Amino acid sequence: MKALYSLFLVFALAAIALVGAGALGMEKAFGLYIPFLAVAVFVVGFCVRVVGWGKSAVPFCIPTTCGQQESLPWIKQSTIENPSTTGGVVMRMLFEVLLFRSLFRNTKVDLHEGTKVTYGSSKWLWLGALAFHYSFLTIVLRHMRFFTEPVPGLIAGIESLDALLQIGAPTLYLTDLVFVVAVTYLFLRRVVVPQVRYISLVQDYFPLFLILAIAFTGIFMRYFAKVDIISVKQLAMGLVTFSWNVPEGIGVLFYIHMFLVSVLLAYFPLSKLMHMGGVFLSPTRNMNCASRKFRHVNPWKFENVHYHTYEEYEDEFREKMVDKDLPVDKPLAEGAE
Amino acid sequence: MSDLPRPEKLFASIDYTPPKADWMDVPTVIKPGRYCYAANPDSVNYVGLPNAHKWNPLDEDWGLPENWQEIIFNGLRERLHKFRSFKIFMDICVRCGACADKCHFFIGSGDPKNMPVLRAELLRSVYRGEFTTFGKILGRFAGGRKLTASVLKEWWYYFFQCSECRRCSVFCPYGIDTAEVTIIGRELLNLLGLNIDWIATPVANCYRTGNHLGIQPHAFFDMIDFFCDDIEDITGIRPEPNFNQKGADILFVTPSGDVFADPGTYTCMGYLMLFEYLKREYGLSVTWSTYASEGGNFGFFTSHETMKRLNSKMYMEADRLGVKWILGGECGHMWRVIHQYMDTLNGPDFQSSRMETPVNPITGTVFKNAASTKMVHIAEFTADLIKHGKLNLNKKRNANVHLTWHDSCNPARGMGLLDEPRYVAKSVVEKFTEMPEGTIREQTFCCGGGAGLNAGENDELRMMGGLPRANAVKYVHEKYGVNMLGCVCAIDRAVLPNSMAYWVPEVSVCGLHELVANALVFPGEKERETDLRGEDLPGEDE
Repeated sequence: MKALYSLFLVFALAAIALVGAGALGMEKAFGLYIPFLAVAVFVVGFCVRVVGWGKSAVPFCIPTTCGQQESLPWIKQSTIENPSTTGGVVMRMLFEVLLFRSLFRNTKVDLHEGTKVTYGSSKWLWLGALAFHYSFLTIVLRHMRFFTEPVPGLIAGIESLDALLQIGAPTLYLTDLVFVVAVTYLFLRRVVVPQVRYISLVQDYFPLFLILAIAFTGIFMRYFAKVDIISVKQLAMGLVTFSWNVPEGIGVLFYIHMFLVSVLLAYFPLSKLMHMGGVFLSPTRNMNCASRKFRHVNPWKFENVHYHTYEEYEDEFREKMVDKDLPVDKPLAEGAE
Repeated sequence: MSDLPRPEKLFASIDYTPPKADWMDVPTVIKPGRYCYAANPDSVNYVGLPNAHKWNPLDEDWGLPENWQEIIFNGLRERLHKFRSFKIFMDICVRCGACADKCHFFIGSGDPKNMPVLRAELLRSVYRGEFTTFGKILGRFAGGRKLTASVLKEWWYYFFQCSECRRCSVFCPYGIDTAEVTIIGRELLNLLGLNIDWIATPVANCYRTGNHLGIQPHAFFDMIDFFCDDIEDITGIRPEPNFNQKGADILFVTPSGDVFADPGTYTCMGYLMLFEYLKREYGLSVTWSTYASEGGNFGFFTSHETMKRLNSKMYMEADRLGVKWILGGECGHMWRVIHQYMDTLNGPDFQSSRMETPVNPITGTVFKNAASTKMVHIAEFTADLIKHGKLNLNKKRNANVHLTWHDSCNPARGMGLLDEPRYVAKSVVEKFTEMPEGTIREQTFCCGGGAGLNAGENDELRMMGGLPRANAVKYVHEKYGVNMLGCVCAIDRAVLPNSMAYWVPEVSVCGLHELVANALVFPGEKERETDLRGEDLPGEDE
């Protein structure tokens, strides 16, 4: 049901662009104003969210340690999983952000006859997530050729690498294929695995459908219903150089694509997609694990904390302590006065 | 125990298929056997926590104050600002489900609200519905909901079904730690006086007497003295421990569970024997304290403030006695607090200027990793002694023990104490077998009774939560003949014996220093006939 809502929502968005840029001829709005606004919302929103997190304090040093601590010199420390230096923390974060280290550990639980539980390695989510994020990144980088003149060598390089197999004309990008497969897997997983379906919300399906729709419109434009690529580049260059103009006859499919991308950008800071920024700020991963070695300072103060002092304690129990020859600070007579 | 079904029956009841209806529409029913009794108002009052009142979780009316929602909202707002961990964890979960089957309570119960993601979502949905613009406008469509009395009850029920072991955090791609969420969740519930008694009363006891059982100084002395009698019977050597001794080099603090209940008591005897040995051989000067007679910190399950108040005693006592550094016994959350909170909470206020970076006076080893807290774990200390050949050990005395090692979750995932206890264990027993990968080290399973859940009335919950740990023990028991489960946590020593008796009756539970003491050969001791438990020692020829 939630998946259907999301699907419907994405169709509705596509319809808006279809009608708006097509029938109503609002090319300028869908080609320039909305994308510009979306980028602004994305940038400002992203910053607001990150600054918002940054304003919250990190009162305690609470990293999850996933390996042997720094200890006696002859005990081998796990310097990345339990880092005690900044370099180690950087490595830990790099493994996490670039390779999804924690997800790599994933296991799956199974129940068996009798009273037996087993845990099997389960790397599909890791693989799916990795494929999704890296192909997405490649596609975004590839698109930079629309916004640059001349196209930098790096982007051209990525592009030719991506089209390595030289299938068809225009040549098939491998990432397009991987991307669609990965997103489809992530979606199917949500629908098929009962527990994952149970925890999924509309806002889990919506970005998947939105991204998938963006991919399909893009692929369709490139391989089947070809749009005027020269005009698209003109429009894109116009956007980034602020010399806004809308070339004629780009084709409505492009505007749908562009509108969906705009929605994604604007939706980004409002949603869970902000994990992109949040992962860097997660205190359980980005802190040094040597909290007995170096003191961590809490920026806020505890108010009205009363301590139970030793004096109060001895006053209550002095007699009983003296009785057992336990040392006391004040002798019995003095304390009893 | 009487209502608890047989293990096979309990196991057969586990079903991982969630209900058809949306989780927000599945009402929470508080089931006997899975919840702990409400906090005694006297205990809540004693430490001055808000809204102490008599209530029963099974009643419709929980006696909430009129403005309870306002209290929660204000508390939530304050904590979002004070804890970046909490704010980030509210915002960035993508519900990938990697954590879903990692929680021992989920594995053992199949209750979908025990999936860490959903347990956090109970709070997150209210955060979205009441605090974010998106959620306020779109409500349920954005995954938001309103804070109602039934939502509050759901919080209470499930936040006290989380033992805050952090296993889910290990698998989360963003390191989201459900323990952080339930810690804050419990703080919020405490603002309304809604704690459980197995936490509230130990907190009050710790505050008053220094330990969670409320043992007064003379009784504390008597209990230790009683262990010394037993040790004398077994070894012919009588330890003479110091109490509240000014001028000692080291203050020793251990969880009071070790002083009170088997098999922790044998571990406690182990500490006593080790210190006596080191005193006789090398002149080590250690003191116990009746004032700081608890390492475990139940305040951790109440509020950060209560944790600070209870924790302060260790430094205050070290300061008063003028010791150089503090040695800590085998305990779980005590070490999480020491490692991650203590220095921040109380370091500058109470840490004595006389305290020094800990140095093992016998081996000269400098514990650089404890330079700031001035507190060393006894497994680190003993491992260092053994490595330097300072202990005369006879492994054969533990020849009847086939040991496997339970990494207690707080030391494992809160500090990374993994190889030190293994080194010590392997130095004192002949047979050691690891449990399967995925159930040890950072992926270790909670005993099922951590974070204050070791009460009698929630037996079913603890047995369910104990299943993953017991299951791995059962595997090595059946395959390799393992008969002893070692650990460095007092809650483990309290919970695991029950859990083993239920799932793997042939396996016993022990602490690390019980094994050390069994193997430790004193000069001039009498020939031992039994181990610390009074069981016959294995014959030398066996």
